[in-house]
Amino acid sequence: MPLCAALGAVVAYPARFVPKGTPLDIIEKIERDERAKRGAEIPEFKAGDTLKVHFKVVEGTRQRTQVYQGICIKRQGAGLRETFTVRKQSFGVGVERTFPLFSPKIEKIDVLAIGDVRRAKLYYLRQKVGKQARVREKQR
Amino acid sequence: MIGIIGRKRGMTQLFDDEGNVIPVTVIEAGPCVVTQIKTAEHDGYEAVQMAFGDCKDKALSKPELGHLHKAGIKHGKRHLAEFRGGGDLAVGDTVTVQAFSEGQSVTVTGVSKGKGFQGTVKRHNFARGPESHGSHNVRQPGSIGASAYPARVFKGMRMSGHMGSRTVTQLGVTVVRTDAENNLLLVRGAVPGATDSVVIIKGR
Repeated sequence: MPLCAALGAVVAYPARFVPKGTPLDIIEKIERDERAKRGAEIPEFKAGDTLKVHFKVVEGTRQRTQVYQGICIKRQGAGLRETFTVRKQSFGVGVERTFPLFSPKIEKIDVLAIGDVRRAKLYYLRQKVGKQARVREKQR
Repeated sequence: MIGIIGRKRGMTQLFDDEGNVIPVTVIEAGPCVVTQIKTAEHDGYEAVQMAFGDCKDKALSKPELGHLHKAGIKHGKRHLAEFRGGGDLAVGDTVTVQAFSEGQSVTVTGVSKGKGFQGTVKRHNFARGPESHGSHNVRQPGSIGASAYPARVFKGMRMSGHMGSRTVTQLGVTVVRTDAENNLLLVRGAVPGATDSVVIIKGR
């Protein structure tokens, strides 16, 4: 992954590396098909980036799109099981929401800003309030 | 539809139509060849015997090979299983995952993972003793009975011993997907046994 990708760049997500000649693992095949089901192209992002997640919500029979915006504090898991957690302040209360990366419910992920961070997991943001709970934007 | 023999291949997850995550176990099931039909007149009960999994001929004994040849099977088969009940199957017929449908409730039988010799805390969910104030009673089983009367330990008292590695049947497992091309059966949730262990799936 390039260190500083352009905003909104899309990654192809190749399958896990398999040595030449070995037949594809059964599980890997299923996961590959399942990944194709995803609702949106997944942009390249990492912890520290500011994201806008367009998430489909079903209320009774009605379906609408909820927009959830915040800082990605971690990406966790591998392959189809990968998830990411977005943290935001809502009325003074910290809210964290974890999404499966390949969920068909995600309509779109917008990367609004690329953060300049030195960690893969930004748990330290949970202890910070107000101005300190921000992530510096990457300077290009 | 009686049942099928398969091999547990591992677990993953799928997204359903609503986009919810469902955990699934992937079972490579069949094709199984019917090797013998047991009848009430001849054997005293009704059952269908099936074979699954190729192996080298030399891995089997001559009587075992002969039994397979009788059903028209050319190569060695590693696993045989019997399913009670009749049905319209004949010797030589092949059963595949197409016998199952999505949403169907099945039972899955396998040999659970061996845990070795375990104490009562892990084996029978006993409570721990106190860990502080000089206690040495941390994972002890406690009292196993009274003294002069009955002057013995009752049979079946739960104690430490070998755990796991026994036949476990999981009831009410839902079939999430069948893949006839690759002989795969995807069932919801976990099933007994380690990856690559043999499981028996029965329709209900």
